[in-house]
Amino acid sequence: MVAKPLWLLAELTYKCPLQCPYCSNPTDFAGPRFQGELTTEEWSRVFREAKALGVLQLGLSGGEPTLRPDLETLVATAHELGLYTSLITSAYRLSRARLAALRRAGLDHVQISVQAAEADLSDAIAGTAAYRDKIAAYHATRELGFPLTVNAVLHRRNLHQVEALIGLAESLGAERIELANTQFYGWALHNRDALMPTRAQLDEAWRVVERERARLGTKLEIVWVLPDYYERYPKPCMGGWGRAYMTVTPAGEVWPCHAAGRITTLRFASVRERSLDWIWHESEAFTRFRGDAWMPEPCRSCPRKAQDFGGCRCQAFLVAGDAALTDPVCSLAPHRPLIDAAIAAAERAAAPEQPAAAWTYRAARASRSLAAQG
Amino acid sequence: MTGAVPRLHPKARLQWDEVRHRDVLLYPEGLLALNPTGAEILRLCDGRRSVAAVAQALDERYGAAAVAPDVTAFLDALAAKGLVQFAASPDPAA
Repeated sequence: MVAKPLWLLAELTYKCPLQCPYCSNPTDFAGPRFQGELTTEEWSRVFREAKALGVLQLGLSGGEPTLRPDLETLVATAHELGLYTSLITSAYRLSRARLAALRRAGLDHVQISVQAAEADLSDAIAGTAAYRDKIAAYHATRELGFPLTVNAVLHRRNLHQVEALIGLAESLGAERIELANTQFYGWALHNRDALMPTRAQLDEAWRVVERERARLGTKLEIVWVLPDYYERYPKPCMGGWGRAYMTVTPAGEVWPCHAAGRITTLRFASVRERSLDWIWHESEAFTRFRGDAWMPEPCRSCPRKAQDFGGCRCQAFLVAGDAALTDPVCSLAPHRPLIDAAIAAAERAAAPEQPAAAWTYRAARASRSLAAQG
Repeated sequence: MTGAVPRLHPKARLQWDEVRHRDVLLYPEGLLALNPTGAEILRLCDGRRSVAAVAQALDERYGAAAVAPDVTAFLDALAAKGLVQFAASPDPAA
């Protein structure tokens, strides 16, 4: 029997005041494919169908979800259904009054991003002056009694701040800090040469994480999202394709993860045409890579296939050109040399005599231009 | 430690999963499926009962012998995940 989903990521809008160059949203978010956001009623139906299907955890994300004026209504609907709700926000212009209203509506948990541990660098990476708002929102979140997760995406330009980021989360009384090494999809893949860390940076950051975990114990949970290009084996992406997780995009497409829409060889159904139940059980997008019958070698005969599920289908498509191949980050994958070449290029670009590599900020104008290029 | 008063951390929520027919503990970015005994232990953690009193109440309801070490181990495991907190004395507001 097919497992039922536990997690739903609701991307309420692709609008965002921040312009982080590693954004996981599609690079063509401003193009024609993603126009026409779901209404309040449509999202409410999605949440009802998700709960009936087995979903228990709901992430409210974007873009910037607080740009939706109906966010309180959506939270209240999800809360009444018994979903555990997390708001995933940049906190730009997120007032204490709005947070208090969300608390009353039943919001369970708040995750606020930060781009670095001090204002100048954080705002430079975000491309928007947002650091002050974030700090104010962190404090308001704690004062209102929410559990708080601090999320920081790590890359070449901020990995040296891991200790300061942990110190920030500790001083705020956060429950968790997610130190999420950049995963190369969406804008991050477009900007890979500017974002990819060096091995030396990662080794140093990991030493800090181990030391700080020992110091902080259960006081602050430190989540370290692996930099998978530097691993020997792939990540167990989403806990397996179509096993526990689904993403609904702002206009209603349903994806097995928040990057899967980029796989052009799959057809994705929309909640405007089909029920979530049908999409989960019947749609091509969810059934294509469920289980292990689709696996090629070296996965098929590999004892790790039940552990890592062949890695990430999106990465296989984006790097090796075919979503049905072994994740190329795997040291056993035929396409691993492509990953090694990307790392070597990053090491050269990060050499001290090189000027800092430029990146493209995530913004509507750049997105329309990338959408036009296809 | 059996005199300590256990309580579910406010960030965690115990609820019935009607799709999978089991109790589940929900918390930020995670969930734990519970067996009926585990769920019953957490329902007995009301901020007034000590660990010993939780074990005794469980014993009275089900007649299970000497469950105190199991109750302690279960609650300690959840405390290690930050999902259960121990107070030295009962919460007067509970």
